[in-house]
Order: sequence, then structure tokens, then C-alpha cells
Amino acid sequence: MLVDIQNLRIAFETRTSVFEAVRGVSLNIGTEKLGIVGESGSGKSLTARALMRLLPTNARVTADRLTFDGVDILKADERAMLRIRGKRAGFILQDPKYSLNPVMTIGRQVTEAWRTHKGGGRKEAKEAAIDLLAQVRIREPRRVYDLYPHEVSGGMGQRIMIAMMLAPDPQLLIADEPTSALDATVQAEILRLMEDLVSQRGMGLLLISHDLPLVSHFCDRVAVMYAGRVVEELAAGDLSKAQHPYTRGLLNCLPSLIHPKPRLPVLNRDEAWLKS
Amino acid sequence: MTKRLNALAGLLASVFLTLFGLVIVTFLIGRVMPIDPVLAAVGDNAPQEVVERVRQEMGLDQPLVQQFFHYVWQLLHGDLGLSVLTKNPVTSDIARYFPATLELATAAVIVAALIGIPLGVWAAVRQGSWVDQTIRVICLAGHSVPVFVLALICLLVFYAFLGIAPGPGRQDIIFQDMVPHVTGLLTVDSLIARDWDAFWDALAHMVQPVCILAYFSMAYITRMTRAFMLDALRGEYVITARAKGLPPRKVIWLHAFPNVSVQLVTVLALTYAGLLEGAVVTETVFSWPGLGQYLTVSLMNADMNPVVGATLLVGLVYVALNLLADALYRQLDPRVR
Repeated sequence: MLVDIQNLRIAFETRTSVFEAVRGVSLNIGTEKLGIVGESGSGKSLTARALMRLLPTNARVTADRLTFDGVDILKADERAMLRIRGKRAGFILQDPKYSLNPVMTIGRQVTEAWRTHKGGGRKEAKEAAIDLLAQVRIREPRRVYDLYPHEVSGGMGQRIMIAMMLAPDPQLLIADEPTSALDATVQAEILRLMEDLVSQRGMGLLLISHDLPLVSHFCDRVAVMYAGRVVEELAAGDLSKAQHPYTRGLLNCLPSLIHPKPRLPVLNRDEAWLKS
Repeated sequence: MTKRLNALAGLLASVFLTLFGLVIVTFLIGRVMPIDPVLAAVGDNAPQEVVERVRQEMGLDQPLVQQFFHYVWQLLHGDLGLSVLTKNPVTSDIARYFPATLELATAAVIVAALIGIPLGVWAAVRQGSWVDQTIRVICLAGHSVPVFVLALICLLVFYAFLGIAPGPGRQDIIFQDMVPHVTGLLTVDSLIARDWDAFWDALAHMVQPVCILAYFSMAYITRMTRAFMLDALRGEYVITARAKGLPPRKVIWLHAFPNVSVQLVTVLALTYAGLLEGAVVTETVFSWPGLGQYLTVSLMNADMNPVVGATLLVGLVYVALNLLADALYRQLDPRVR
């Protein structure tokens, strides 16, 4: 078991109120591909960030258990976290336009990730970075190495992000909506690339998305989140057998090319989903 | 290559236009002021024919357009006219007064940046903590206490009571004109002459005015740095840097800070330019023979040539610093290259 989350709660305190954004999430991740789907604000990103302790300082995190490969994330000190972040778990953000540092060359950003965890000299790191860029199927890695993030496309940016996060050979890759900022054609390429690299290296993958069919296609298991809870967890192949009305409602809203509907149904929310 | 040439041509054109505007404005300052330069030169009691003769000598009886061309012609020959007050050419006056301001302003902006930038970064990183609050109070005081109050208190405490700081002025009377004039910056000139006593004396005289000016500039620099850094620290690339497992020190200085340096260049350039205008109040309190004093005294005495000359110089300083800032942007931000 790589990640064990039991009853995770994340609350944000303001001067006047406390808002609980994640309300008792329990998840396990092994060397597998787990997808988390849910609408905006359902707490999927927060759950992932809590795992790497990358939440804003005003977030209050509590859990019965929150461990990464046996390390208690809740109790670990900053130095222990530095050995987890990057080195053992990589984190890919949504939009490479914002998640890559605009004033650093791509090469510097990739070598930095490599050298931080593996040490080694400048030359060695450069060769490793170029090799990584080639691994994410960038055609001219030596040229791209010297470019700045604004000089590459979104798809290429996300490849670079993947290369950077895979540099220290982590055991788990967390991808927080890695393709929502990209074109549909590029989306599939990036996901396939991630899938290949993750299986080649025998890593775990936590894929966060709001695209239910896409996640079920690429992952082994899917957890559906709603309002800060996991409402349903099932094997990707069993999606059609989903029990929870929210999941069924979502699936029902999908347009179909084979059986086109004149009007898509609207998801009717039930107050009871908030409790359970 | 052509792109770069085009950019250079555009830059030159904009500099030329700015300078041309500056020349027009300074020319107009000399004409629209409700001051008769002839009367200022000959005095109120001069007989009418003397006034007329001087008016003709100064070319003020000619049409404005002709006067303007005459003004430009003189400028191109590096002639800013004579100062009625000092009886010297304005250029040689400025050559004497400006280095004093340059020395003060340069030292002040360096001190202010060296203290202000780290303080601002620290305040942003510890947003809302007691560190942030303390820095906020220090900066607030810097913004709100009048210069003359602080400067006078400084002189009173460190010069009058404690006697550990030298008094007003740029140097002690015994060092007056002892060091050969090379750059006009006393510290540099005394170093060139290897006159250590003169160097320490000049440096000691700078400490108080530099600290006062640096404090006010620092307050501004700190506040701006804090605001820029808060913005940068919210950036997604900062999350990326942290997710890579970089220690906070590296996240702050290698990832967030380089992204604010472009904005900081603007702040520093404007601060420096503001200081180079000459800090009239500080210069007055410390009897510092700088540009601010020269400008004010000339203005009070309706001596227009120095006023126009000094204004022209300040304008040039702004143009030069803007060019420098522009060049630095290109260095610091790959997106504007």
C-alpha cells in the first residue's frame, strides 16, 4: 500500500466561519492507476495536495490516518516532507502556462528536479535532463533544453512537466487535471504518455479529472467525489454498474454519438447526497 | 538581426522624441514663468535704457520661434547660459553641485535596496505574522514622518548630544579643496588620491543624510517588494517548485524572486531618479551642496538659467534610467526579449 487515507478532513478557517471542504475521505492507492472524478469544489485537488502537504497555510487538515509508504504525513516534519515531495511523489499541475517558471529555461527546471534528489554534476544532470525530455517524446530535446516555457506549446509544456516530475524516479505520480488546459487531440497523447511511463516504471498514478469516461478509460479504479466525500468507488470496467445516483446522473448526462438525444438531461441534486 | 535593428531604431526614435519634448518644456518654463529674466539680471532699479539694452543682448526682443532655435543652438553647443546668482556658467555650476547629489543618491539607493528588498521578501513570506507587522510599522513610519523632523532629530542626537557624527556639510573644513577634483564624488576622488583621512571624513559626513534618504526609499521599496512577492508566491510555478521537493529558501529566491525582479527594477529606477532630483529638505538640513539646493536657491532668486539647466538634467537622468531599466528587463525576463 503506497498511500493510505482514512477519514481525511480539510477545513478552511476565516475570521467568521469554518468551511469544511473535504469531509471524511478514505482512499488507498497501491501500484495502480486510481482516478478521482468530481465536479469543481468536490475536494479532489485538496485531497491530492494534502497528501504532499501543499495546501495553503490556513487549511486545517485532520485524519485518522494519512500515510505515504508508511510515513505519517500529518506528523512528518518539513525535512521529511522534502524527501517525499518530488523524490517519492511527483505532482503535475493543470496548466503548464502557469505551472512552469516563466523566467527559467526548461533545461534548468528539469535539471534542478534531477539534481535536488540525485545530486551529481552539472554535465551529468544535463545529459539526464535531455534523456528525460526524449523519454516524454520531445523531438529535439537539445533545442528544447535551452528554450523558455513561453516558447513551447501547451502539450509540450505538459510533457516537460512530466519529465521534470519523473526525474527523481518517484513511486507515485499525482496528476491534477493534467489535460484540462489542452486540446482534445493533445489530451489523449499526454494521457497515453503518462500511462506508458507509469506502467514502464511500475509507479502508482493518481489521476484527478472531471472527465468520467476519460478517467475510466485510463485508470484501474475510479473514485467519485461529491461535496468533499467519496460517494462511490468502483473498478473502471464496472462504471456502467454504478449504484450512486450522482454517478448515474453524471453518466446519464453524457451525449452519445450513436444514440443522440434531442436534449441532455439535467442532473437533479439530492440533499441526501450531502449526508450519507 | 533586422528585428533587433528595428527595435534599436524604435528605441532611438522614442529617446529622440522624449528629449525633444524635454527641450520644448524647458524652453517654455523659461518663458511662461511670471519672471522677467532681464529685471532679474539687472535689478529693479536699473534705468530703462539699460533694461532695453540687456533685453536685446539676451535676445528676448526676438520672436519666440527664433528664441527657441537660439535655445536649441546653445544647447547643442553645451551652453546653458550664465547664472545671475553665482556669475558662473550653469554647466560648471551643475558640474559642481550634481556630483554631491549623485554621491548621496547612489549611496542611499544602494543601502535602501540592500535592506528593503530582503525585508519585503521576509514580510511576504511571513505574511500576517509579527515579523510582517513589525516591518509594516517600520515602513509606515518611513512613509509618514516628515524628513526634516527625522533629519533634525538625527543631527541633534548624534551630532549635538552624542558627538559621534560629523556636522552638516560634505566634508570637514580642513579637507576643503585638499583632494584634486576628478569625478566630483568626494569619496571616489579621495580614494584616487589615496588620501585616507579625507576618504573617512567624506564617508562619515555621508552617513546621516544617506541613512535618512535610504530610510524613506527603503519604506517604499519594502512595501512594493512585499506586494510583488505575495503575488509571485501565489503562482502555480511556486507550487511546482515546492512539489519538486525544493527547500523553502530555494523556492523563494530561485523561483519566486526572479519573477518579481523585473517589477523591482522599475521601482528601483524610479526611486533612484527621484533621489537624483536632489532631496531639497535633506540637503538643506545637512547643508549639502547638491542639485536640490542649487535648484531651489536659483528658483527663489528668479535665476532662470540654472532652473532650466537643472530641469533639463533631471529630465536626462529620467531618460537615462528608463533606458537602463529597459535594458535590464530584457536581461531579466525572457518574455520581453
